[in-house]
Amino acid sequence: MKTIANVFHQLERWLEPVIEGIIRLCGISAIIFVFGIFFFVFREGMGFFFGGLDIVEFLTSPDWYPTSLNNKRYGVLALIAGTFSVTALAMVIAVPFGLGAAIFVSEFCGPKLKETLKIVIELLAAIPSVVWGFIGLTVMNALIIELFTVPIGLTMLNGGIILALMSVPIIVSIGEDALKAVPDSYREAAEALGATRWQVIYRVLLPTAKNGLLAAVLLGVGRAVGETMAVLMTTGHAVKIPTSPFDSVRTLTATIAAELGEAAVGSDHYRVLFIIGVLLFSITFIVNFVTDLVIKGIREKA
Amino acid sequence: MPTDTVPSSTSPDSPEIIEPKLMFTATEQSRKKQLTENIARCIFFVMTLLMILPLVLIVVYLFVKAAPILSPEFFFMNPEKGMRAGGIWAPLLGTIYIVIISLLVSAPVGVLAAVYLNEYARESWFTRIINLAVVNLAGVPSIVHALFGVGAFVYFARMGRSVLAASLTLAIMTLPVIIASTKEALGAVPMAFREACWNTGATRWQTIRGIVLPNSISGILTGVILQVSRAAGETAPIMFTGAVFFKAISEGDVLAYGLFDRFMALSMHLYQLSTQVPGVPDALEYGTAIVLLGTVLMVNALAIVLRVYLRSRKRW
Amino acid sequence: MAKISNSTKKIEIADLTVRYDGVEALKGISFDIYENEILGIIGPAQSGKTTLLKTINRTIELEPNAQVSGSVKIDGTDVKSIKNVNQLRRRIGMVFPLPVGLPLSIYDNVAFAPRTAGIRKRSELDELVERCLQQAALWDEVKDRLKSLGTKLSGGQQQRLTIARALSHQPEILCLDEFSIAIDPVTTMRIEDILKELRSQITIILVTNLIQQARRLAGRTAFIFENELIEINNNDIIFSDSPANRLTYDYVNGNFG
Repeated sequence: MKTIANVFHQLERWLEPVIEGIIRLCGISAIIFVFGIFFFVFREGMGFFFGGLDIVEFLTSPDWYPTSLNNKRYGVLALIAGTFSVTALAMVIAVPFGLGAAIFVSEFCGPKLKETLKIVIELLAAIPSVVWGFIGLTVMNALIIELFTVPIGLTMLNGGIILALMSVPIIVSIGEDALKAVPDSYREAAEALGATRWQVIYRVLLPTAKNGLLAAVLLGVGRAVGETMAVLMTTGHAVKIPTSPFDSVRTLTATIAAELGEAAVGSDHYRVLFIIGVLLFSITFIVNFVTDLVIKGIREKA
Repeated sequence: MPTDTVPSSTSPDSPEIIEPKLMFTATEQSRKKQLTENIARCIFFVMTLLMILPLVLIVVYLFVKAAPILSPEFFFMNPEKGMRAGGIWAPLLGTIYIVIISLLVSAPVGVLAAVYLNEYARESWFTRIINLAVVNLAGVPSIVHALFGVGAFVYFARMGRSVLAASLTLAIMTLPVIIASTKEALGAVPMAFREACWNTGATRWQTIRGIVLPNSISGILTGVILQVSRAAGETAPIMFTGAVFFKAISEGDVLAYGLFDRFMALSMHLYQLSTQVPGVPDALEYGTAIVLLGTVLMVNALAIVLRVYLRSRKRW
Repeated sequence: MAKISNSTKKIEIADLTVRYDGVEALKGISFDIYENEILGIIGPAQSGKTTLLKTINRTIELEPNAQVSGSVKIDGTDVKSIKNVNQLRRRIGMVFPLPVGLPLSIYDNVAFAPRTAGIRKRSELDELVERCLQQAALWDEVKDRLKSLGTKLSGGQQQRLTIARALSHQPEILCLDEFSIAIDPVTTMRIEDILKELRSQITIILVTNLIQQARRLAGRTAFIFENELIEINNNDIIFSDSPANRLTYDYVNGNFG
């Protein structure tokens, strides 16, 4: 037994450079994977990107007829509009509630309640998107039909509400971090000057923490743009530029999820879905990059 | 408001009692201030309540609707009659498979990546790029991960649509979860411990092995648990990399799937039941949903309990 | 410069300059340390004493913004030329101002360094742990609870544990950096007694903010002020009415610093 331990120990000493090499390799794995994702997704779409796809039409036409027999058209404008309308609606709901809840958690509640709320927020963030989709499909659908007396409840509104519920936890937890970073002395100084709680929040906290709160909102946007299953199940399947919250829409993510299974491997249709993937990757990359810059801005000021 | 009285004079020459005076009186202004504060508290509380209410409502609602079907047979029977009857054995086992296999890949890679970032990397542009890549990896939409899985594992690596391809896709997707929580756990070990070890001639790795990892293992475990919950719930990344509409396996056999088999998964099953199959009994759908949600929430609760427990037994 | 008879040079420091981001923490310092002496190093805070110790065991290399020029030789070998830095660090015991008990059992705290050096035999480790704890005057207090956590000991006990750990890799040189700053006077006196006993076996560098401590323990004392070596001399000269440098007299007698 002891000799085995000894041999193992000797082995470990010899292997130490190897172990360190592996650690370094794992360290850069994130870079490898990010590039790998871009490379492999682009690689599948490349054939059509360089051979036949009209980029201008792709980005500006609302006509998405990938399976039409004699007039195939690949315009994603309606899908982009779908993605951004649902995201915007979700943010209109989620930002005030998310920031409001962040302010409550950080400024108004005692330590016990705070702990509890943070746990609930964590659990809320953990609910799988397919479960959210299921809720939208069953509960929310019926609710919208009932409340607004519309014929169909699988709409932009449904998707927006579900996405809002999904993004709120991330906005609350990042927003609460940002508010926590405001030094207590600021609050005390403002209160000593006779400011009301409202004024402290409005004049002191929000301006000081604005970068962190912006980062929180951006992360929420990133999550909403990239969400797939929930919007696939809740927004209906109409490819059109929406004019009201009660229109059915189709997002970029939902299109890939709905059509990849049917598209013949190697066909233009199959390849264009990967190009949409590249587009999505680029959008979220930019959102994340901006968020990172915003957060970095906070750190440098601090 | 404090209502202390001014102490009466102690001088024997002036025995008369001084009127007790209030130090502060509630002025119109301070009353107003109190009121606005209460209003603010109420408004923000309502906002918070509206945010957490869905969680409670959803769990209760799903549970009530699913109650009629929840029995041991539900867990140990394959779906039957075109998914309109039976249980969730095949999808349940599939989910367990992909969770375990993706964990076997992402846990070591993620932990070691965090070790690199926290213990080896110095502040530099390169480190910044790695951190940016981790953030980005976390932000890549799950459907793009699915496309990557199709391009890289299913076709390029010729794994086909299989347990392995889906697990690897999930592993890469959940990597940032483990990296982030491990980094936090490692960062909580005071620098003085490392310096003390280096001063006795321990190498970096010996220090990590001997002091840093043993004292952050619980934080790392929390991250691993969160990874499990994330992997169990994801649908998009496995849709095109191996999960299928239906696959019968032998009931009760835990080794029913092979690495290169196609499989059913709970999340995918819920999606199919609710969108692709007409006439599914409500209880079946809700039962699947509550099992998936319950699993994820319980795993998360486990992580929370672990964290609270650890905070209570600090070793320094 | 005074020389102790019958002694060989253990450490030779020549023209040592250390900069942090270009700001000098040590300016061209040169002096020798002899085998089996206790050398006191005194001087106000921020004068570069800790930096000096870090250059000896090369932990200075872990500071990303430090640049070192000049040389530190141990037994005639420049430390920079030593390939295995961990071997070098094992030859030097370090004790810093704040006690650091590792979050391991008391036994493992002391056995940590021998294990990393490759000693695995239980009996050998047992003996080593007991000897080091004895030397650090901690054995009697902890011998019945070697399995309990080192971090749960009192501050004074932890500092002695730190000393036991510094001795556990059987160093030739022991560096103490203001070891008494966080512990009570009684414990300080006990550790001072230990140091006096250890003097016969190893070379001790005692950086201290207590002038009297250097006077009590050291044979020679160096005075570092504003990152420069002002004077190094036998204690009877440093603490006399006429040390070589007027500044030394003023510092030792509390006229400044």
